[in-house]
Amino acid sequence: MELINALVAVTNYVIIPATAYGAQLALGALGVTLIYSILRFSNFAHGDTMAFGTGVVILITWGFQAMGISFGPLPTALLALPFGIAVTAALMLGTDKVVYQYYRKVRAAPVVMVMVSVGVMFVMNALTRFLIGVDQINFDDGTRFVINARQWRDMTGLHEPLTLRSTQVITVVTAIITVAALFWFLGKTRTGKSMRAFSDNEDLALLSGIDPNKVVAVTWIITGALATIAGTLYGLDKSFKAFTYFQLLLPIFASAIVGGIGNPVGAIAGGFVISFSEVGLTYAWKKVATYLVPSWEPDGLVQLLSTDYKYAVSFTILILVLIFKPTGLFKGKIV
Amino acid sequence: MSYLNASNMTGGYGKADILHDCTLTVEKGEIAVIVGPNGAGKSTAMKAVFGMLGLREGKVTLDGQDITGLSPQDRVKKGMGFVPQVNNVFPTMTVEENLEMGAFIRDDDFRGTMDQVFDLFPILKEKRRQNAGELSGGQRQQVAVGRALMTQPKLLMLDEPTAGVSPIVMDELFDRIIEVARSGISILMVEQNARQALEIADKGYVLVQGANKYTDTGEALLADPEVRRTFLGG
Repeated sequence: MELINALVAVTNYVIIPATAYGAQLALGALGVTLIYSILRFSNFAHGDTMAFGTGVVILITWGFQAMGISFGPLPTALLALPFGIAVTAALMLGTDKVVYQYYRKVRAAPVVMVMVSVGVMFVMNALTRFLIGVDQINFDDGTRFVINARQWRDMTGLHEPLTLRSTQVITVVTAIITVAALFWFLGKTRTGKSMRAFSDNEDLALLSGIDPNKVVAVTWIITGALATIAGTLYGLDKSFKAFTYFQLLLPIFASAIVGGIGNPVGAIAGGFVISFSEVGLTYAWKKVATYLVPSWEPDGLVQLLSTDYKYAVSFTILILVLIFKPTGLFKGKIV
Repeated sequence: MSYLNASNMTGGYGKADILHDCTLTVEKGEIAVIVGPNGAGKSTAMKAVFGMLGLREGKVTLDGQDITGLSPQDRVKKGMGFVPQVNNVFPTMTVEENLEMGAFIRDDDFRGTMDQVFDLFPILKEKRRQNAGELSGGQRQQVAVGRALMTQPKLLMLDEPTAGVSPIVMDELFDRIIEVARSGISILMVEQNARQALEIADKGYVLVQGANKYTDTGEALLADPEVRRTFLGG
């Protein structure tokens, strides 16, 4: 019984939140990895792209709410999502036209492109703040729980509570649908294949008559979509705050690099590696420990790291991977 | 007029010219081979024919049409196929996808062409679901040639197709190239393995310092004592 209680506690405080967070990171890392493999630079503006996309989704959600439109038990934001994606994709295409296109034409070195993306990041950062402000915003208006603590107790009679929030389920389901759609697109469609060909061997792709402008445009549209979806899911699950999204850049890059940057499967795996490490290392294991070893009364919380240091986890993993296995878990490519 | 006529090509990458009044012609269904010492401008001459190098002088015609001003992509549409020496496949894509990408500019059904490529290189049919990057050097060259054949070119240009493959694989590749030529496709090829290449060549060009030094049939060049002594090692 104590063992089951321990398992429930681990599921409730580690497995469920880490899975949801991992799915959000994976979607973010997919966007980073796509840009890296096709446009060949690390896009530092990705976190703020997520913030912008989410900001637009929130504004449209408020609009829908004012008009009295709702999505039943699901959050209205899911209805607003396609519109948010469209606006963000348009912003991506516009940015490419105004900024990145020039640097591609002069064949700027990848590190120059990274610096350019830092500039874009600052602009987008400000744009988001103008648009929606700096405050924390909760925009989840759907049903809160799939299983709440009381239902769980009535259902199982266990002492240890377990809750499953609807945003966590929505996150995982949406992520699965998005990833499936992305892999289908890259693996089966002509445009998707031409993007992979362009990523594999740009010169040969050009020789084969693949239009680089189309590949670049489609890449930005997909990146805008992934960023908006990832940002909205994160915002629904936790809350929206422009600055948090900027901070998310670190775990997102860590995910992409741990998995092997440029490799979509790696980005997903990396997202979960980072989220489980972060949540696992910052969780206070005292409760689980007392279930498992009843005679033991730990003095502290049995917490390896305070949650204030959660970004240090991504950073440490990032450094270790770069030192010992720079190509990541799945073989990525280093430009 | 020859099918491919690249005449008096002069040009290079920067200010200094690499090619000096270099002329290359290929007839229909003929195999023409460019040989010569290292740094003779063999690959450069081929790139010039394909439009990857700006020419100061000279012109290139294909089937009587002047294509001197066209980009490589447009030359592909005109019926040229090019197999670069290195990085000539999409490594993380399957063999079948590589061929599909080769046919990217085609709007019609290319299944038939793919079957022809599989007939020519049966090993590729066997490995069609495998990534090209996981294949052996010789098999990868077959993918590269197959990819270029997918546009149904009239002229196939090969830049050192046997670089880095074993002698047995080299013989096999040459056999395949002869087979391609028999189907009516003209072939222009740069080769390091000069002797073997001249053996299968209808026409051979010996380039030295970016200029034509000897031009004759493959057989005649092999028999020429001067060519043998200076370029074929006796």
